[in-house]
Amino acid sequence: MAFEGLSGKLQDTFKKLRGKGKLTEKDIKEATREIKLALLEADVNFKVVKKFVADINERSMGAEVLKSLTPGQQVIKIVKDEMTRLLGEKPVKLDYASKGLTGLMLVGLQGAGKTTTAGKLANHMKKDGKKVLLVACDVYRPAAVKQLQVVGKQVDAEVYSDETSKDPVQIAKDGFRFAREHFFDVVLYDTAGRLQIDETLMEELAKIKEEVAPDHIVLNIDAMTGQEAVQVAETFNEKIDLTGVILTKLDGDTRGGAALSVSAVTGKPILFAGMGEKLTDLEIFYPDRMASRILGMGDVLSFIEKA
Amino acid sequence: EKTKKSFSGKIDQLINYSGVYDEDFFEELEEILILSDIGYESTQRIVEKTREIMTTENITDKQEVKKAIKRVVRDMLTEEGKEELETPAVFLIVGVNGVGKTTSIAKLAKMFKNQGKSVMLAAGDTFRAAAVEQLETWAGRVGVPIIKNAQGADPSSVLYDALQAAKTKQVDVLLCDTAGRLHNKDNLMKELAKMNKIIENNAGHFHVYRYLVLDATSGSNAVNQAQVFHEVTNLNGIILTKLDGSAKGGIVIPIKYMYDIPVRYVGVGEGLDDIQVFEPADFSAILFE
Ligand SMILES: Nc1nc2c(ncn2[C@@H]2O[C@H](COP(=O)(O)OP(=O)(O)OP(=O)(O)O)[C@@H](O)[C@H]2O)c(=O)[nH]1
Ligand SMILES: Nc1nc2c(ncn2[C@@H]2O[C@H](COP(=O)(O)OP(=O)(O)OP(=O)(O)O)[C@@H](O)[C@H]2O)c(=O)[nH]1
Ligand SMILES: [Mg+2]
Ligand SMILES: [Mg+2]
Repeated sequence: MAFEGLSGKLQDTFKKLRGKGKLTEKDIKEATREIKLALLEADVNFKVVKKFVADINERSMGAEVLKSLTPGQQVIKIVKDEMTRLLGEKPVKLDYASKGLTGLMLVGLQGAGKTTTAGKLANHMKKDGKKVLLVACDVYRPAAVKQLQVVGKQVDAEVYSDETSKDPVQIAKDGFRFAREHFFDVVLYDTAGRLQIDETLMEELAKIKEEVAPDHIVLNIDAMTGQEAVQVAETFNEKIDLTGVILTKLDGDTRGGAALSVSAVTGKPILFAGMGEKLTDLEIFYPDRMASRILGMGDVLSFIEKA
Repeated sequence: EKTKKSFSGKIDQLINYSGVYDEDFFEELEEILILSDIGYESTQRIVEKTREIMTTENITDKQEVKKAIKRVVRDMLTEEGKEELETPAVFLIVGVNGVGKTTSIAKLAKMFKNQGKSVMLAAGDTFRAAAVEQLETWAGRVGVPIIKNAQGADPSSVLYDALQAAKTKQVDVLLCDTAGRLHNKDNLMKELAKMNKIIENNAGHFHVYRYLVLDATSGSNAVNQAQVFHEVTNLNGIILTKLDGSAKGGIVIPIKYMYDIPVRYVGVGEGLDDIQVFEPADFSAILFE
């Protein structure tokens, strides 16, 4: 399989380079070509790849690499560092409002994992000692409210819903008021999945945002997403100004290049990774681990460490 | 098809303004294809094939180049000896989480019902929160019966019961929902193998169809999905969903090439009527027109 050969290919290239000692510009070109292919096969967006590779190329041409006795390793290090930097360097903590109610709205494409993530976040925040309310703003998908209720029950969090209403903006407003009146610490809005090109539904999100002014607007993105990750993240960010991202379904075997695409175009931190269907399967996102994963470089890195 | 415009517009632009078909032309063609999730290898294959055709057929006209590209893509997706659906039929609908299995079942149910067939649904997802209720709501809207059990019940037994009911009631089509599962989860794939076996062993005179649902938004991981689900259930086809978004679903091209699994239907929205029979020529036309 193409994917499995990835880290091997990079290793081979770098081994070749290492054997040669000093690098020429042509060597670096060949290495960057391999990196470019590796990134594309990992589903990093083509445009992001182009820019990334250009940056790497420039840095690799620097004296420090060309002079080095281990140039291949220097290039790998530059790639890994640059990618980690783009992914946000260090884990970012989701912070609560300094006082009063913290609001968080989950948004994303259909099936990205919003409702499940709402349950996971509620579970996570309850462990922080917070009283959490889930608000069911999806009036479209069949049994969406019921799904949130089941999820809420599993993590023992209250759910606000109004099945007589077909107006998500009103439900969000009412949920917000309910949370304030009942002294909740956190209110999580589960919204319906929508395409970023759906103007009406994107406008609906903007209205919810305007009415309840959440502290956090978090995009859920499926880690298996391909080239489209850029369009999705860019448009959601433009329309409602995201505060962060949660990468879901990272328990699969995807390299998850979408993470890099999303970080590169939004500059917003990835807060958590969804690691399964259970409501405890939420992990802090580590940029450096993600960088290794995208590159399929686990073994290459240990090879550097040994050298 | 407004969503496909940006892409085909780019091809147009490329063909109209580049004038000469030099390396830059092919590089840009490559870029456009990669941005459709066709993947690097298949992209190379399409570009090479197009070059070949242009040389052997001595094509220089812009419109003809465009046609050549379309033809290459169409040919890659065309299945030989397209099989016709035979009833009574049982469908096992499989795929990773959130791709659109349950919704696609509702759409197929309505489509078959409109064709005058009697349809029954089986709520084989006993795992996800409110999955049964979701399918039940759809069954109500379409007006077809559903066989179900409580959340947490053994999905294989639901399918067994459904098959018995389908035989007794002599329905034409039984559509079986399954829980979303990532292909790298061994225990869940074993469970699926068991469900598949129950269907095979109890299908009787029912023709068995196993369809993989793929999300058009997904990238190269869909190839892994196809490989493993194919190993476990021996797939007959693919349903490509969410093509109403801006994603092109190009990943079905390498999948067709590598595993010869054809796309049967495409999902183009969240409503009951948002399903179409897949036509390779249409698909490549949508990509390039
Ligand atoms: N394996 C895995 N599955 C997940 C994860 N997060 C969510 N899922 C599954 O993905 C599917 C879709 O999740 P939902 O929470 O319903 O997604 P959603 O974004 O609310 O979907 P819509 O409301 O229809 O837009 C379900 O089968 C979930 O169990 C994850 O991190 N890993
Ligand atoms: N835009 C669009 N949305 C779709 C399409 N098909 C399904 N969806 C949406 O995608 C989301 C997930 O659909 P489901 O049918 O629940 O997916 P599933 O594969 O059954 O999900 P799990 O059972 O949780 O694995 C829902 O919000 C659907 O409305 C489609 O063709 N286009
Ligand atoms: Mg939901
Ligand atoms: Mg389902």
